[in-house]
Amino acid sequence: MADPMKIRANLTGDSTEVKVLMSHEMETGQRKDGQGKPIPAWFIQNVKVMHNDKVVLTAQWGPAVAKNPFLSFKFKGGAKGDKVRITWTDNHNDTRTDETTIG
Amino acid sequence: MPSTMRRRLAALASASALALVFGGAFAQSTEEGIAQYREALQDGNPAELWEARGEEMWKKPRGPKQVSFAACDLGLGPGVVKGAYAQMPRYFPDANRVMDLETRLLWCMVHQQGYTEADATKIKFGDGGSKRSDYEALGAYVASQSRGVKMNVPLDEPHVRDMFHLGERMFFFRGGTHDFACATCHGDDGKRIRLQDLPNLSKVEGARKAYTTWPAYRVSQGEVRTFQWRLNDCFRQQRFPELEFGSDASIALTAYLAGRANGAEYNGPAIKR
Repeated sequence: MADPMKIRANLTGDSTEVKVLMSHEMETGQRKDGQGKPIPAWFIQNVKVMHNDKVVLTAQWGPAVAKNPFLSFKFKGGAKGDKVRITWTDNHNDTRTDETTIG
Repeated sequence: MPSTMRRRLAALASASALALVFGGAFAQSTEEGIAQYREALQDGNPAELWEARGEEMWKKPRGPKQVSFAACDLGLGPGVVKGAYAQMPRYFPDANRVMDLETRLLWCMVHQQGYTEADATKIKFGDGGSKRSDYEALGAYVASQSRGVKMNVPLDEPHVRDMFHLGERMFFFRGGTHDFACATCHGDDGKRIRLQDLPNLSKVEGARKAYTTWPAYRVSQGEVRTFQWRLNDCFRQQRFPELEFGSDASIALTAYLAGRANGAEYNGPAIKR
């Protein structure tokens, strides 16, 4: 099971700024280990962000995204106390969901 | 002067003027480029993931005796983390030794949580992947709790002062196959390894700037690195014998550099290339 994400969501004016740190290896599949064998690709493929029950962001990622990725974005219409829920799914079909409240 | 030549001269003049304009706009030294890169990374430092893991580890009962770190005294009382890192290394009467953070954590694991020393030092440094070191997570957490606190290593305490002076001697001591000292690379301004500027640790400003950023997340290694790791790797680069984890030598050097940083605001865990 992957480590929890670190999510911050803050309301400034009429938009909510969300900053997420995800804990993930993000192996490209291009690297080789000490024995010269290729290290299989292992990366987050889909990211979905929900504001309460509404989807505000979906993303398709590939192996070019860095290890332990950081994602920052803004959306309109949030209010203090609302829930922001983030889900990622990787190419091993492993998934993790974490949520926070807008502050 | 033939007209073709005049024309060519004029063209040259305007070309160099252009070069000046663009040169001004794009001229960027390598250091500026690296500084810009660091700034871009500042937001969203993955070290926070280690801090979170370390905090959980700190609070959970662990080891054969199922004792949490609430019993572990980092110098400000059992379980007190806030500001503790800014006052380490320090002298611990219960261990009768000057200890840095990592060594103290090891002491608590062995004496309070019931680990054997061999078990507790099995993974001193992680590999950025599945091999994870408790010291890197716990270190990131404890250090993060000193952010904004002024460095205040108790140099008036006699044991700490002795270690400080020992560390100072080691810093300037030349040895090994390459006749190196720490000061060979870190004793002058403007030195570098490849593209990395090296801090001049013989100056107070240099020591302050460098020490207050460790532990740090190394992007190139995908791992949080502790100060023990930093010293260990410096020894490797100098072709010295391996610096033993938690040895008096490592603590003396840490005491010297931390003590020199006294008065500066602690600002880690930072992020580095």
